[in-house]
Amino acid sequence: MNTQWEVVIGLEIHAQLATKTKIFSGAATAYGAEPNTQACVISLGMPGVLPVLNEDAVRKAVIFGMAIKAEIAPYSVFARKNYFYPDLPKGYQISQFELPIVGKGFLDIEVEGETKRIGVTRAHLEEDAGKSLHENFHGLTGIDLNRAGTPLLEIVSEPDMRSAKEAVAYMRKLHELVRYLGICDGNMQEGSFRCDANVSVRPKGQVEFGTRAEIKNINSFKFVEKAINHEVERQIDVIENGGKVVQETRLYDSDKDETRSMRSKEEANDYRYFPDPDLLPVFVSDELKAELKAALPELPEAKLLRFKTDYKLNDESATILTSSRDMADYFENVVKISGCESAICANWITGELSAALNRADLEISASPINEERFAGLVARIADDTISGKIGKQVFEFLWNSSESADEIIEKQGLKQITDTGAIEAIIDTILAANEKQAEQYRGGNEKMFGFFVGQVMKAMQGKGNPAEINKILKAKLA
Amino acid sequence: MHNKTISELAQSLRAKEFSSVELTQHFLNRVKQHADLNAFITVTEDLALHAAQAADARIASGNAELLTGIPMAHKDIFCTQDVKTTCGSKMLDNFIAPYNATIVEKLNAVGAVNLGKLNMDEFAMGSSNETSFYGAVKNPWNKNAVSGGSSGGSAAAVAAQLAVCTTGSDTGGSIRQPAAFCGITGIKPTYGRVSRYGMIAYASSLDQGGSMARSAEDCAILLQAMAGFDAKDSTSVDAPVPDYCADLNKPLAGLKIGLPKEFFTADLNADMAATLETAINEYKKLGAEIKEVSMPNLKYAIPAYYVIASAECSSNLSRFDGVRFGYRCENPADLNDLYTRSRGEAFGKEVKRRILMGTYALSAGYYDAYYLKAQQVRRLISEDFKNALNDVDVIFSPVTPTPAFNIGEKLANPIEMYLADIYTIAINLAGLPAMSIPAGLINGLPVGLQVIGNYFDEARLLNVAHAYQNVTDWHKQSPNLG
Repeated sequence: MNTQWEVVIGLEIHAQLATKTKIFSGAATAYGAEPNTQACVISLGMPGVLPVLNEDAVRKAVIFGMAIKAEIAPYSVFARKNYFYPDLPKGYQISQFELPIVGKGFLDIEVEGETKRIGVTRAHLEEDAGKSLHENFHGLTGIDLNRAGTPLLEIVSEPDMRSAKEAVAYMRKLHELVRYLGICDGNMQEGSFRCDANVSVRPKGQVEFGTRAEIKNINSFKFVEKAINHEVERQIDVIENGGKVVQETRLYDSDKDETRSMRSKEEANDYRYFPDPDLLPVFVSDELKAELKAALPELPEAKLLRFKTDYKLNDESATILTSSRDMADYFENVVKISGCESAICANWITGELSAALNRADLEISASPINEERFAGLVARIADDTISGKIGKQVFEFLWNSSESADEIIEKQGLKQITDTGAIEAIIDTILAANEKQAEQYRGGNEKMFGFFVGQVMKAMQGKGNPAEINKILKAKLA
Repeated sequence: MHNKTISELAQSLRAKEFSSVELTQHFLNRVKQHADLNAFITVTEDLALHAAQAADARIASGNAELLTGIPMAHKDIFCTQDVKTTCGSKMLDNFIAPYNATIVEKLNAVGAVNLGKLNMDEFAMGSSNETSFYGAVKNPWNKNAVSGGSSGGSAAAVAAQLAVCTTGSDTGGSIRQPAAFCGITGIKPTYGRVSRYGMIAYASSLDQGGSMARSAEDCAILLQAMAGFDAKDSTSVDAPVPDYCADLNKPLAGLKIGLPKEFFTADLNADMAATLETAINEYKKLGAEIKEVSMPNLKYAIPAYYVIASAECSSNLSRFDGVRFGYRCENPADLNDLYTRSRGEAFGKEVKRRILMGTYALSAGYYDAYYLKAQQVRRLISEDFKNALNDVDVIFSPVTPTPAFNIGEKLANPIEMYLADIYTIAINLAGLPAMSIPAGLINGLPVGLQVIGNYFDEARLLNVAHAYQNVTDWHKQSPNLG
């Protein structure tokens, strides 16, 4: 068969909102505590307890809605999603169904140089469930309700993506955005940012969608791409072998790199949604919207543009430096403190610092070199106190100590020698010791110039000013 | 001692005629003596005496409130920390609540003495107290008759003077109907007036806690201590609580009383009609004007109620799954077995019936026809009341169609049982406050007059009831307990 297939993907992303307490109780949300130590009577779903909405979760949802230029519902409603599961304490999850807090918005993604607009259908607030623990219980199941009641924003996209690459680009963009906005820590290992993918295929040109499968709980960018590609192949295989794709929920197994069926449509729960009578509708006032809008941070796209124009950075540097709010702030602080050209600041941050952070697997916010100390380094390179090469040595010292660049340069005697008399004296000694090589250079072997530069630098322990050395050498060898 | 009102008892305690410990012991003795009424599920004797001791010290220090040292009891729907809280169900027979309901906290704070936990229909689902896992409560006026429900223990305990006053909860008449059957006074406040935190939910949008006592004045005193905004209950209303005793003696001259023509029909039991007419005549003598009002949608109240209440309960009771607390079946084979047997073995018939009805009503394809329609009807009924209350200050009606029926009489016929709440249910749908006040006896059994008021007009209801109790003595009559 030669059918050309088109892939259709929609994503549901669960972003855990970075609130201090749970969405309907005062219990803490911190990750990694001993099981059930952050489970108050409300988290436990004790008889008689009632939920009280955490205003901060509402504010964070509204901030997100504004950032994707969505309509913020003036009136939204919490509903109960009813199903039984041991880690769902009340037998229902409080979510939003018919009236979500965030309506239609969009996100622009870039794939292979092309910009594409992905629609966001809605985003709604809900509470997370707890965790079932199947290990170490001798065939029984343990329940940890620390996570129960943690606020989530479920962000549902339109089925606008046409490849796994686009899906990943969208997910990355969203990940960057929620972190920029400070509404989610984006920690995927801890499950703060999770993804379900709705995937279907259809013959190219067909208007109707194919039957979709939902792939649950994909927790890394790498797995999203693999899981989708895998599912697409599976669906095409099924159809090309004369079968039919059935609507079902599938689970991605990253160890085996395959998806397998969890439950079919027939087995799907009837969640019996109805408005939660324990909670009042959520009203978002114009005043609150105005307040949050005024406090909205600069968004990634605007920042990128500003970095390119104000700092005259190229695409690559600007993109790296605006990849997170922390990175961008770091750069701007270094420029401000050092008073140096933005180009040199950008080079050293995207070069030496980024590489070291990558090696150590650290976020910029956890950098051992703060902006002040880093600015000290850049300033000394810019004013020729040290060469770039020495700069790399100073960087190592900065990374491993708490001293300032000036202290390091002083202590280690790394200050660049620009005194022409001193340089001349050394050059004279070297020329005298290497007459043969000097002859070769004068005879036209230009490579020999590099030899002399190296010798001089070696003699000066790298501290000679390269420009001065070049100038004097050229003159003496003429 | 047990014939005194709260104010009289407070005075006696201050005058050291007797101590709270003595008073508490007296009531504990009565509780034991009349254990056959089955009004209590749990008696917390030691805790009560301990609280009484503390109350005596507080009274001695001159720092007491009206309720300090007064023996009362809570319906077993309210969570009491470290004390078994069953909600009348086998499901919670082993449940020791880890926290106090807000109203329990409030009453503890004023130094009221809690004698124990009162019997009730299982999860407050019932109109006769016969659905309780702990057995029916007997009506103190006639031990063959039901106490009414679901706050049957609360009503019987007051009527038999086993407690000075009690808390109750009312979802479709659960304070007013047993109050009427047992010849006591009870008030269901406006929805949102009393915190629901710690009151085990049956139907969240209808449930409301309230007070039960022998007189309107005592109801007012107890309600005063219970009412008020609670940050732990999003549906509680942040409005000041007036002094409910301040207006008790306001003259009723000019009071406009509405009688819904839909309630006062030829179908009304003749004795009941005569009793109510006598009561209404008393009000005329007090200077009230009587007006007919019409509320055409009242006839839909029962079906709308049973859809909404069942839908909410089907979800509210999902947390009783045998996982974290309450009953768990023995040796569950797997998760499904754990759920089905724990719930199947621990829930009673009426609870199961309502869970099934509610689950059905919320199911895909039925939601619009049942739940949504019922909510629309609910709005229409609220509108009816709103219109009527534009013309009159209060609305009068029967509380029940008949006096208390016999134990076992209606248990086999749920529809007939549901109809016992025909006069009370609509008020919960509208969220309005309403009272039941003793208005006479029919064949030796008490019947009540229902007084319905506007939102947050509890003070007026109490005033209307108190004025009647000043000129009649139905509320002072006591059953002969033999």
